[in-house]
Amino acid sequence: MLLSLSIWVPILAGLLVLAAGGDGNAPLQRRIALAGAVLGFLATIPLYAGFNLHTPGMQFVEHVSWIQRFNVFYSLGVDGISMLFLLLNSFVTILVVIAGWTVVTQRVGQYLAAFLIMSGLLNGVFSALDGLLFYVFFEATLIPMFVIIGIWGGANRVYAALKFFLYTFFGSVLMLVALLYLFNKSGGSFAIADWWKLPLTLHEQVLLFFGLLFAFAVKVPMWPVHTWLPDAHVEAPTGGSVVLAAIMLKLGAYGFVRFTLPILPDASRELAWLMIALSLIAVVYIGLVALVQTDMKKLIAYSSISHMGFVTLGFFIFNAYGVEGALVQMISHGFVSAAMFLCVGVMYDRMHTRNIADYGGVVNTMPKFASFMMLFAMANCGLPATSGFVGEFMVIMGAMKAGFWLAFAAASTLVFGAAYTLWMYKRVIFGAVGNDRVAALQDLNGREFLVLGALAVAVLFMGVYPLPFTETMHASVNELLRHVALPKI
Amino acid sequence: MNRLDFIIAFPEIVLLAGACALMIVDLFLKDGSRRASYLMAQCVLLACAAATAFVLYGTVTATEEGKAVAVIYGFHGLFVADLMAHVLKLAAYGAVSLALVYSRQYLLDRGLLRGEFLTLLLFALLGMMVLMSANSFITVYIGLELLSLCLYALVALNRDSAASTEAAMKYFVLGALASGMLLYGMSMIYGATGTLDIAGVAKQVALASKDVTQQAFLVFGLVFVVSGIAFKLGVAPFHMWIPDVYQGAPTAVTLVIGTAPKLAAFAMAMRLLVNGLLDLAHDWQQMLAILAVLSMAIGNITAIAQTSLKRMLAYSTIAHMGFMLLGLLSGVVGGNWLNAADAYAASMFYMLVYVLMSLGSFGMLLYLSQKGFECENLDDLKGLNRRNPWYAFVILLLMFSLAGVPPTVGFYAKLVVLSAAVNAGQIWLAVAAVAFSIVGAFYYLRIVKLMYFDEPKDATPSPGQTIGMQILLSANGIALLALGLLPGWLMNICFLAIKNL
Repeated sequence: MLLSLSIWVPILAGLLVLAAGGDGNAPLQRRIALAGAVLGFLATIPLYAGFNLHTPGMQFVEHVSWIQRFNVFYSLGVDGISMLFLLLNSFVTILVVIAGWTVVTQRVGQYLAAFLIMSGLLNGVFSALDGLLFYVFFEATLIPMFVIIGIWGGANRVYAALKFFLYTFFGSVLMLVALLYLFNKSGGSFAIADWWKLPLTLHEQVLLFFGLLFAFAVKVPMWPVHTWLPDAHVEAPTGGSVVLAAIMLKLGAYGFVRFTLPILPDASRELAWLMIALSLIAVVYIGLVALVQTDMKKLIAYSSISHMGFVTLGFFIFNAYGVEGALVQMISHGFVSAAMFLCVGVMYDRMHTRNIADYGGVVNTMPKFASFMMLFAMANCGLPATSGFVGEFMVIMGAMKAGFWLAFAAASTLVFGAAYTLWMYKRVIFGAVGNDRVAALQDLNGREFLVLGALAVAVLFMGVYPLPFTETMHASVNELLRHVALPKI
Repeated sequence: MNRLDFIIAFPEIVLLAGACALMIVDLFLKDGSRRASYLMAQCVLLACAAATAFVLYGTVTATEEGKAVAVIYGFHGLFVADLMAHVLKLAAYGAVSLALVYSRQYLLDRGLLRGEFLTLLLFALLGMMVLMSANSFITVYIGLELLSLCLYALVALNRDSAASTEAAMKYFVLGALASGMLLYGMSMIYGATGTLDIAGVAKQVALASKDVTQQAFLVFGLVFVVSGIAFKLGVAPFHMWIPDVYQGAPTAVTLVIGTAPKLAAFAMAMRLLVNGLLDLAHDWQQMLAILAVLSMAIGNITAIAQTSLKRMLAYSTIAHMGFMLLGLLSGVVGGNWLNAADAYAASMFYMLVYVLMSLGSFGMLLYLSQKGFECENLDDLKGLNRRNPWYAFVILLLMFSLAGVPPTVGFYAKLVVLSAAVNAGQIWLAVAAVAFSIVGAFYYLRIVKLMYFDEPKDATPSPGQTIGMQILLSANGIALLALGLLPGWLMNICFLAIKNL
């Protein structure tokens, strides 16, 4: 019941916002949206409170027949891996609604509705236990995001929206064929848990691996199918970038843990070298690419790709440090990237430019903002006592077990990450006041302070005391690793 | 001939009587009171639906597995009444009735809502029904010709339009050619089997599987039969008429051509290929596979280059029909038809869903057209979200459904046929299909882009259409979403219909 609530409350609130009419009713629509987002978040709190840490199985399970002919069930449940993402998603949704409070003035209802509906759908992706249900939620999230980028985006928004949609659509339809193959092979079952037990030859596993890889790699995104992300991020409105970076990128990584690793363990081990290579390219090469960006959003977008490379690296070194570290990194990146994009949004709302060169000396006019951004920039480079450190450290420890040079290459991110983040920070925030427009900047208002403050608390808390996060996922990760170690052939 | 013959043909008889009555009554009506004939046509459709429901409930029988609908042959095996025929007929009534509602204002504005339109439409429907219930080559041919001749005339409804007349000529010439091919193929099969009765043909074909000469004859005839069916479905390379006819015909007629006749074409394919020539499945499945891939490729790629909405939708039809064939060609695997019912049911589901989407899309074109203004080009949709957010949303649903994005029902249509293909081991065909569906997604998204991301070209006054049309069109759009949330029941109906074949 709780999981259904966390999916449908935001969606219904979104429909209600749409029904509230045009821009004349914007204040009412904003209130409904905020209420919907908060209620959705409240529905996820009991999930955490009532979560049993000691069982690896699915909890809060709901199981209702949906499409009988295809044996599809409306089957929901969470384990230690997926539960935190529901919380993260519902939390970020509130921030997005607040962040867009006064910034968005055109077609407010549609804007808020798109975010609320997407929030519900994303919760659905993380809690679906049925392959087809997962696919339906996974794909349906494209529609609101497409609309968000296309309507409220920047100058080149149409190109970015189409590219975003077609790239991800391409990946997911191949996944659909793979899912149908599994459905057929398992004698007509879409239950993901049944697929875990399904014996498959190595040849089948490899083909299925690539079928799923396209879907998840595009979403993560992994090098070389990452090119849609910088475009989408640059053009999307702030809220869109936040949800994209904080939640949507996690769908791909989540797919790897939920589908690829347990269903195709042999192919995963067989092809781990490929995944590790792609991940390291993302970490090192994309890190270097980020260094030379002149657009702040683009820089953070590339930094996201680089950080997500860490996540996929963690999954494919097959030890508890790696997988847990990767999951922690996903949550942490959810907070940090959201915060970074919100920071850029704060500046963009005032200056209407994202070029690093147009700034300089912001600290003189916006001291409060500069302190917040300092914290998030540090978290982005993985400074100890911020959330960014925990995940990266765990993944590097895991990589060390797998091989020294692997860990060496992965650890280079600590250098590159610090370089591109801090160099950007220096050029934007420090120095003498760059121009008249910077001189006229106003510091954070209460609403922005609230949003960034909430994220700052989350980032610090997770950095200082990560136990509540890691202990939640512990049992499920061990179970997952046990699965991956069992050969299927 | 006995009483039962007439009872199972009751819907056809009602329609024939109604159409004739309409023809006569309309002669005595003045131009101002065409409303009466319009209402009469709707009443005839309603009566047909009641008649079909009557036959349907009358033929429900109890079996060990529960209730089933009996298959009843009539008129010495010329005619068959089974669940597939009933379901398709009911869908066709719905489609024609909706088409009438959608096109009424459009036709009134252009002075085309004359008795001819209604009468031809009803006779075309009669042709479709005969096709759906055909159990003999003769009945198939009669139904097909009745349907086609009415459609040729409907395309030329607007006599003063050069484009319409040209389209009608093209349609007629190519259609006659296709009918000829079909007839030729049927005669070959008749020569090899010595019977016109479809059930009889099936028996003979099964016996002939050992005889090489007879087999060669049959396959030779089969090629022509498949070409004829492909023409009616409009799959490549027999698709040439579709874009020209869709574009040339008045939009109201395009709506008619693009919807209910597809159901009849599907029924024809089922009756001829599955009921009659299932033992040649190995041969016709290969042909259909080529047709399917070609249609998806040509349809989707060419649609991108179109600037005319109607032409774009025409190419989209071609692509969709190719997709639909994926189900038809996945029935028999290596002489084993355990999953055949699933595969054909998938195609039927696809067809029903496609008709619903097609009704909505052409309905929207009619809705946005006004007196003296045809909504025909892509640019006419620019900035629709500003002018009319609700209908922009309806089109958004339609486009995502056509592209096959969940949670709209178009996704489930693609899902079931892909599942059939994968079950039949046609993995690479399924991969090709999804690859082309990505190409297809582009031009559907472009429509969404035009409506939502672009500014309106000018402040076109918001259209004033009838309340009935507004409600039904909205319902049509919502139905795509509702069916997407609960698609199970329709899949069940399709499966039962095919299982009882």
